[in-house]
Amino acid sequence: MADKKKKNLPPEAQKYQAFQQQREIKRPVIKNCLKAFLVGGIICCIGQAISTFYITFFDFTEKTAGNPTTATLIFLTMLVTGFGFYDHIAQFAGAGTAVPVTGFGNAVIASAIEHRTEGFILGVGTNMLKLAGPVIVYGVFSAFIVALIKTILLQWGGL
Amino acid sequence: MMIFIWAFIIGGLICVIGQIMFDVFKLTPAHTLTALVVAGAVVSGLGWYEPLVNFAGAGATVPITSFGNSLVHGAMAEAQVHGLIGVITGMFEVTSSGISAAIVFGVIGAILFKPKG
Repeated sequence: MADKKKKNLPPEAQKYQAFQQQREIKRPVIKNCLKAFLVGGIICCIGQAISTFYITFFDFTEKTAGNPTTATLIFLTMLVTGFGFYDHIAQFAGAGTAVPVTGFGNAVIASAIEHRTEGFILGVGTNMLKLAGPVIVYGVFSAFIVALIKTILLQWGGL
Repeated sequence: MMIFIWAFIIGGLICVIGQIMFDVFKLTPAHTLTALVVAGAVVSGLGWYEPLVNFAGAGATVPITSFGNSLVHGAMAEAQVHGLIGVITGMFEVTSSGISAAIVFGVIGAILFKPKG
């Protein structure tokens, strides 16, 4: 917690916060990183196997195979999420399942399934992109800025 | 066969970066993923993402950073043809599969599966 915020709190709350910080369980950073590395690596290997499959049996090149691979991985994520296994894997792997595109798929699909009781338009439709929204919004915005700068440099900067 | 090993290592390392952002900097998953996508877009703008994809295959295309990369790629490809307007019109050209797959399978999943307690 930032010091500025702390000063505005009553002394009792400050005391509590110091106490709480002391008692907080230290996160096993290295162990978590190893787990994330292992599971993330395995997911990327599955992705590599899928794209090798698309390159060998269909008319995809190494550059274009990324798109069907993403779609296939998200399809697999739907099955794993739907049968309720994804949470168990994510509990173990942390960022290992969140960072690959399967985490993006899981965020969309899990919120879609969770909100179906509220109806398909107001439940599924409005809540589906709640978690994935920021990724899309800032991905698009930053890509816009980057592409804009690059285009201007290429066209008028003579790069 | 080498590409599988590199996919494992590079993909794993990107996940470790995410894990460090979770644990050491105490960011929420949403903040972490957003930061990684923005980082992917910037790296792609500098022209460093393409060599990584050639080198590590799915190790670079499966993590969420590739989302930023393909957004920039789509925008740049269209910008080369149509100039500045292409930056807007080409944005989703390459990325469409990830978003459309997520939405389509999300709806199918919501039809097929019931939420678990």
